[in-house]
Amino acid sequence: MAIDAATVRKVARLARIATPEERLEPLAQELNGIMTWIEQLAEVDTDGCEPLTSVVAAGLPLREDVVTMGGDPARVTSNAPKSINNFFVVPKVVE
Amino acid sequence: MNENTKVIKGRTGDWEMVLGLEVHAQVASKSKLFSGAAVGFGAGPNEQVSLVDAAMPGMLPVLNRFCVEQAVKTGLGLRAQINLKSRFDRKNYFYPDLPQGYQISQFDQPIVGEGVVSVERDDGTTFDVRIERLHLEQDAGKSLHDQDPNATYVDLNRAGTALMEIVSKPDMRTSEEAAAYVKKLRTILVYLGTCDGDMEKGNLRADVNVSVCRPGDYEKFRATGDFKHLGTRCEIKNVNSYRYIQQAIEYEARRQIEILEDGGKVDQETRLFDPTKGETRSMRSKEEAHDYRYFPDPDLLPLVLDPAWVKSIEETLPELPDAKKARLQSQYGLSAYDAGVLIIDADRADYFEAAAKGRDAKLVANWVTNELLAKLSAAGTEFTNSPLPHTDIAQLVELIENGTISSKIAKEVFEHMWAGEGRPAEIVEKRGLVQINDTGAIEKAIDDLIAGNPDKAEAVKDKPQALGWFVGQVMKATGGKANPGTVNELLRKKLGVE
Repeated sequence: MAIDAATVRKVARLARIATPEERLEPLAQELNGIMTWIEQLAEVDTDGCEPLTSVVAAGLPLREDVVTMGGDPARVTSNAPKSINNFFVVPKVVE
Repeated sequence: MNENTKVIKGRTGDWEMVLGLEVHAQVASKSKLFSGAAVGFGAGPNEQVSLVDAAMPGMLPVLNRFCVEQAVKTGLGLRAQINLKSRFDRKNYFYPDLPQGYQISQFDQPIVGEGVVSVERDDGTTFDVRIERLHLEQDAGKSLHDQDPNATYVDLNRAGTALMEIVSKPDMRTSEEAAAYVKKLRTILVYLGTCDGDMEKGNLRADVNVSVCRPGDYEKFRATGDFKHLGTRCEIKNVNSYRYIQQAIEYEARRQIEILEDGGKVDQETRLFDPTKGETRSMRSKEEAHDYRYFPDPDLLPLVLDPAWVKSIEETLPELPDAKKARLQSQYGLSAYDAGVLIIDADRADYFEAAAKGRDAKLVANWVTNELLAKLSAAGTEFTNSPLPHTDIAQLVELIENGTISSKIAKEVFEHMWAGEGRPAEIVEKRGLVQINDTGAIEKAIDDLIAGNPDKAEAVKDKPQALGWFVGQVMKATGGKANPGTVNELLRKKLGVE
């Protein structure tokens, strides 16, 4: 799978990482290197193997439906650059 | 062609619409899907937020067992396949009210698979809507754009609340069918107790997929399952009332037809319905973010359900609307229409069944679905809060059954009942509304009438349809209390009308 500068630009934008134009081509090459390395995995025969989404052979732990958290808006917003009346305040989002 | 398909006339020929819905139903639970913060409406900003919901570093989601149970229950109520193994995925996008930067959802392994909902049209006929899937996911927080001209305020109380996204196949062909489907789905959810169905609070909202095609194309799609026979669809986001669903669909179908007839092409996009203007508009802001890059959430293991648990949930299912409707028809001899009105909510049906005990069930159904329902709706209340207990309706019907009052007088009695004047029998007694079955008294009224109108009494012999006038006069003379059957019978005899 070849990654070009346009793909890097798109991925960078989706990830909200500012990437100067002159970095696109070098990044594409770096990423291609990583992809080539990962593609070695394709050499392993996985026919008839169920895709593995977890390496833990355990069931998903569940919790009971009880309220144990919340009620502390000051703490929740304490790291926010700006908050008013316990709301987070962010730059205007244009709809 | 399906006779229930509405043809839309265009300049270049006929068009039809094809509709599929994604309904988001908030799971009725005390706490959130992956955190122990409370679920509720009306709390102060960020009061129902845990550090998990706020996506603080190092926080781990732990799945709420009850939300899983509610999803399974809903799946069973939709006659759908329950997937014993499902998985949670991350749907990635950036928005200020989504602090994680992704929504935990289920992508290719949802908890519930294909099912079917039987839906009633307004004319009483039914059609099936196939369900494609139901999955569990997190709701986002709420952005307020009108508090400050230069800033957006974010409240995360809703963030992380459990939603069931119920996806239908494109099985609806008119805006009325789409609204009827949402109504039916809501009824089922409320019966099951898995969602409160409150559309005003946004606890049940729909995304509507609209496309248009030429007559015959939809049938080709159904025969082959190939979407190439259908037009390009647009998704209208978050429509939260039956009326808006219909308006949005009508507008959107017309918009697409105009584009196509002008030789253009419909762009697959997300649109927003503006209720004040009655139109849909493009949500360009979200367009480029459409690449969600789903991947399995590494914080969560696959969800594996014990078949015995599913079985035990199945045993707790209440009688569902379709079964109740069939039973009301067979057990009480009600019409499909009356049964349909009664099952719209379970309390209404319960009220009817309690009142109908030992009484003429059809008569009881009439009083419940007409008079009482009208009063309750006008007062903005429901059967659970009815000021008139079911025993009052039962007693009123008993008074009609045993001939104490006529149906006409019963309406008057009902008004007094609604005004809080007491039980039906007391009102009839107190106001002297007992029906006159005494032939002597009625005969006297008739004799007086004939004596006062000899010409009319003569004329009626040749013109029997004039009898109505006499009936009216006698009823008037007796204050409406005479038994109409007796009046008719006696009049015919005395006037010599066959």
